[in-house]
Amino acid sequence: MPAPPAPPTIVSGDRGRALMRRPAVERKENGFRFLTMGSGVAVLAVLALIAWSTTARSWDAFTSQGLGFIISSEWAPNRGKFGALAFIYGTVVVSAIALAIAVPVSLGIALFVTEAAPRRVRKGVGYVIDLLAAIPSVVYGLWGLLVLAPTLEPIYEAVSSAVGETPVLSTFFGGQANGKSFMTAGIILAVMITPIVTSLSREVLLTVPGAQREAALALGATRWETIRASVLPWAKGGITGSVMLGLGRAMGETIAVALVIGSSNQITTRLFSSGDAMPAVIVNEFPEAADTHRAALIGLGVVLFALTILVNVVARGIVKRSERRLAG
Amino acid sequence: MTAVQGDAAVFAALEASLTRGRRAKNLLATAWMAGSLVVALVPLGWVVFYLIQNGASSFSLEFLTESIPVSSRGYGPGMGPAVIGTLLITLMATVLAVPLGVLGAIYLNEYGAKSRLASVIRLMSDVMTGVPSIVMGLFIYTVWVLNFGLSGFAGSLALACLMLPIVIRSTEEMLRLVPDELRQASMALGNSKWRTIVTVVLPAALPGLVSGVMLAVARAAGETAPIVFCVGVVSDTNWNLFDGSNTTLAAQIFANAQLPYPGAQERAWGAAFTLVLLVFLLTVAARVITNRYSKKRGGA
Repeated sequence: MPAPPAPPTIVSGDRGRALMRRPAVERKENGFRFLTMGSGVAVLAVLALIAWSTTARSWDAFTSQGLGFIISSEWAPNRGKFGALAFIYGTVVVSAIALAIAVPVSLGIALFVTEAAPRRVRKGVGYVIDLLAAIPSVVYGLWGLLVLAPTLEPIYEAVSSAVGETPVLSTFFGGQANGKSFMTAGIILAVMITPIVTSLSREVLLTVPGAQREAALALGATRWETIRASVLPWAKGGITGSVMLGLGRAMGETIAVALVIGSSNQITTRLFSSGDAMPAVIVNEFPEAADTHRAALIGLGVVLFALTILVNVVARGIVKRSERRLAG
Repeated sequence: MTAVQGDAAVFAALEASLTRGRRAKNLLATAWMAGSLVVALVPLGWVVFYLIQNGASSFSLEFLTESIPVSSRGYGPGMGPAVIGTLLITLMATVLAVPLGVLGAIYLNEYGAKSRLASVIRLMSDVMTGVPSIVMGLFIYTVWVLNFGLSGFAGSLALACLMLPIVIRSTEEMLRLVPDELRQASMALGNSKWRTIVTVVLPAALPGLVSGVMLAVARAAGETAPIVFCVGVVSDTNWNLFDGSNTTLAAQIFANAQLPYPGAQERAWGAAFTLVLLVFLLTVAARVITNRYSKKRGGA
C-alpha cells in the first residue's frame, strides 16, 4: 500500500473559510438567509395582522354592544342590536353533535387500520380517507341541502312523534322537526371532520411501539384487551389532540353549515329545529351588511378566530407533549 | 407491525380457550372498528353517487366554456366564467403562496433548525392551518377590499393565506427527507450554503414539494367563503384579476344551491362535479408523484 497522499491544500479548512469570507459570497449568503427568514416571519406577520385588522374593524361593534355582544341573543340589525349568543350557542351545539358522531367513527377506523386490518386493506382505507378529505365543503353543503336534509326530515318527524312527551328525550328530540336543523348541520360536520381526526389519530397509533402490544398479547390478551390495556393508554394524549383539531375545524366550517342549518336566531335544546352558527351568519349576512352590522359580523369573525386559535394551540400542545413523552 | 399475523392455528386454539364474555367483547370491538369504516363509506358513496347522477349528465365541453345564463331560472349549459375565474384566482394564489412558503420552509429546515424563532414559526404555521377560511376572508376584506374594492386578486390573497402554512409544513417535511450527505458533498466541493440549497437540496426535494403544493392548490380551489366576501359572485367572464368582481365554481355552487329553480340546481351539480373532478385530479397526481418519489428513494 502506498502512503496516503498528503491532503490537497486546496480544500483545507482554512482555505475554505477564506473563500467564504470573500465579501461577495458572504453578501449573497446573508442575503439569502434573510430572504428565507423573512418568508418564515411572514407567517407570524400575517397572524398578527389578522388579529389586529379584524379587531380594529369590529371595534365599533364591540364598544357599542359591550358585553351584550356575547351574552344577549337579540340580533336585530335594523335596530342596531347585535347580540350573538344564539350563534355562539349554535356553533357549540353543532360542533358537539359533530364530535359525538365523528369521534367514535374516526377512532374505530384508525384502530381498524392499525390494529386489525390486513395490510392490503390499510392502503385502500387510506385512499378512502383521502377522498373524503378532498371533497370541498361546498359540495358537502350542496348534497346536504338538496339530498340529505329532505331525506332526514321524515326520519326526524318519526323520531319526534315517537318520543312524544317523554321527559329528557323530548327536550332534545321533541317538537317541530325540520330537515334544515342543528342535527343535519352536525351530521354534515361529522362527515367533514372524520378524515382529519382519523388520519391524525392513525398517526398517533402508529407510534405505539410493537413491544407494547406484544407484551399484552403474550399475556393472552385478546385484540380488544390489547387495545384497552396497552394501545389506548399510550396514545391517549395524541388522540385527544387530534379530536381537538377536529373540533377546531368543525367550529370554523362555514359553507356546509350555512346551507343546512336553517338560519333562525333561536336558542333551543331541540336538535331537530333550525338555528344558526357564527360562520353561517357571517357568510349569509355579510354581502348586504354595512356600518355597525358589518362591524358586528367581523366581530363574530374575531370571536371565531380567538376560539380556533385557542383550540389549536392547546391541541398542538397536547400532541407535542405526548410526542415528547414517547420520544423521551 | 403488529404481532397479530402470528401462527393462525395457535391463534385459533387460543381463541377457543377464551371465556364467552371475553370473546364477545373482542368480537364486539372488532365489529365496531370494521363498522366505523362502513359508516364512513356511506356518505362518501352517497355524495359520489349524486355527483355522478346529477353532475356528470350536465358535464360537457360546452358546460366548461359556455357563459352562465342571465336568468337563473333558465336551464343552461354554462359555467365558463366560473371555470376561468377558478383557474385564474387559484393560479394567482399559487404564485403568491408557493415562493413565500418554500423560502419559509428553507429557513425552518436549513437555517433555523431548532432555534426558538424556528419553533415559534413552526407552531404558528400549524396554528394557521387551523384558522377558518371565513376568517381569512374577513381579514383580506378588512385590509384589501375596503381599500381597493372587490376583485379576483383579493380572493387570491385570501387563498394564498390559506395555502401558505400548508406549503411551508409540507415543504419542510420534504426538505428534511433530503439526506445530509448531499449537502455535505456539495459543501465539500466548495459551494456556499445558499448555492447548495438552491442547486442541490431543492432539486432533490422537488417531486415531494410539487405534490405538497398540489394538495394545497386542491384545498384552495374548493374554498368558498373567502370568495363570497372578497371576489363577489357575478355571472360574466372577467379576465382581469385586478379589476371588478369575478366568480368561481365553488361560489357558483353556493349561490345556485340556494335557488329553488331546477335549472340553477342542475348547474350547481354540474359545477360541483367539475370542481370535484379538478380536486381529485390534483390529489391523485400528488399521490402518484409522492409514490414514485418514495419508491425511487427506497431503492437508492
